[in-house]
Amino acid sequence: MTSAWITIGVLAVATLLIKTSGPVLLGGRPLPERLTRMISLLAPALLAALVIVEALSHDGTIAVDERTAGVAAAGVSLSVRRDVILAVVVAAATTALLRAA
Amino acid sequence: MHDAAAAPEFLSREPRERFRGGLAVGTPLAFAGFLLAISFGITAEPIMGPWATIAFSAIVFAGAAQFAATAVLAASGSVVAAVVAGVLLNLRFLPMSVAIAPWVRGRLAWRALQGQAIVDASWALASHGGGRFDPIRMVGATAPAYPTWVGGTVVGVLAGDLLGDPRTYGLDAIFPAFFLALLMNEAGSGPSRLAAAAGALIALTLVPVAPPGVPILAASAAALVALRRP
Repeated sequence: MTSAWITIGVLAVATLLIKTSGPVLLGGRPLPERLTRMISLLAPALLAALVIVEALSHDGTIAVDERTAGVAAAGVSLSVRRDVILAVVVAAATTALLRAA
Repeated sequence: MHDAAAAPEFLSREPRERFRGGLAVGTPLAFAGFLLAISFGITAEPIMGPWATIAFSAIVFAGAAQFAATAVLAASGSVVAAVVAGVLLNLRFLPMSVAIAPWVRGRLAWRALQGQAIVDASWALASHGGGRFDPIRMVGATAPAYPTWVGGTVVGVLAGDLLGDPRTYGLDAIFPAFFLALLMNEAGSGPSRLAAAAGALIALTLVPVAPPGVPILAASAAALVALRRP
């Protein structure tokens, strides 16, 4: 029980420092052009990694499962129609249906 | 540089309007977060008790890190191992925090508070493409997510047994599908496509060998790779 509270306390402080560092240390001032260009590429890089980790991995292994199929179905839906809500519904419905099957 | 002529359109709008825009796009996702928080409440309560479980969501407010640290403690792992797992996952907020930094205005305390609003989905929603971010929109998107995350945890702790596993409803597919949708909007230009492809490749390579969190963090390096291309 104590170990849970220590974990929570340390994680809380670490997370606070991580999230605050950019805006507090670099906030509101113009950055060098190369850094700005690099930052503009962080979003696609991180989003792609989030998709891979959340759709194609499970407990530290590459895993193709119902969720992968759901996200793939969302990709098809998005290439037909750029509708985020529709894509999310397609993903959840496909995943749920495959799990129920 | 962001000179006046290139200033993005969102900066000229009222902060209240930008906040409301974030609120509108963040609310459906906050509902999904509510259901996932229920599953966190159900999972963590037997391991750390009701109060610590609720405090975890209220103080740390980071789903992936909470699940990871709880899994370590459940497997009789040490506190150090649990903290390392959580910190490694949350280090992905560091590049996100640097990315929004140029757009965050105001006094130190207000800037720090805007940083606290960083969560994956809100950060992605605040992106206007080409490295432009609207932090006020991000705060608006996180505003409904915080009470639903904490509230969902309370519901999971109190009434978990009655609800069953949210994964039955495919809810764990919602966030990756959402990130995919944002990625398809984001990856328009050559360099951003290259960054996305390299980021995906780095994550895919590291998933089987690195601790959780590292694959996403390391994918930041893809931005450097893509930058090298003229």
